Amino acid sequence: MVDVLFYIFAIVTLGSAACVVLTRNAVNAAMALIVSLVGVASLFVLLSAYFLAVVQVLVYAGAVVVLFLFVIMLLDEGEKRRVSPGSLTTAASLVAFVLLLVGVVSIVISEDLVVAGVAEKRTLATTAPVGDVPNQYGYHLFTSYMLPFQVAGFLLLVAMIGVILISKRYRNASGSREGV
Amino acid sequence: MNIGIHEFLATSALLFTFGFVGVLVRRNVLVVYMCLELMLNAVTLALVGFSRFNGTMDGNVFVFFIITVAAAEVAVGLAIVVELFRRRGTVMLPALNHLKH
Repeated sequence: MVDVLFYIFAIVTLGSAACVVLTRNAVNAAMALIVSLVGVASLFVLLSAYFLAVVQVLVYAGAVVVLFLFVIMLLDEGEKRRVSPGSLTTAASLVAFVLLLVGVVSIVISEDLVVAGVAEKRTLATTAPVGDVPNQYGYHLFTSYMLPFQVAGFLLLVAMIGVILISKRYRNASGSREGV
Repeated sequence: MNIGIHEFLATSALLFTFGFVGVLVRRNVLVVYMCLELMLNAVTLALVGFSRFNGTMDGNVFVFFIITVAAAEVAVGLAIVVELFRRRGTVMLPALNHLKH
């Protein structure tokens, strides 16, 4: 049952990721991105990281993609200017795709990933769930990851101020609207 | 119940390569950003898989920070894209080659 669910979720995730890359329209790409992100969240559920799955859906599918859709609708450059990549770019991208795929997959399927001293292959059935209750996250964030936690909070503050500064339009002395 | 770390890592690697080729091929800055998000998600999937099959919480906590940084990055990046559109009138990458001239 879990095997079937894994393959279903993996195919949904990868198929919609391919849609993001291949579709012509930016709005369709954003919709496919939502499906892909929810697919990754369902893979998190299979890994029993329930809290991360909820955060993934809330932050990515709820906030990030909505932000993308806002900007796509705001700029409104969907149909009128369609620029297709040159054939050299496409060929080089495909070569890079195949090379990266072969390299990464050959690393993934190699036997070196088997942990030394562990005889049998670890599967979802033979390993205990890690991070299935949220209080483990709080414990680690406030003990061993205290400094990164505060740096992340400061980063959010910097990003907020930066976005305000970038998107604010200033008026200079003569009164004409001018970005700075 | 035969799904192990290899299957999750293979899924993650495929997702990463899709995002990678999207960054190279697409000509719309917004779609390039979406493909960057795909690559970040591939990395988070690999980290959660490592965390589960290694029996430690560290990978899960890293995913937290990745999601935080990704949210901040998208906010700043989209603000830059909007400002770019105000000045240049386009978000297509072939038209944004002013540094070449």
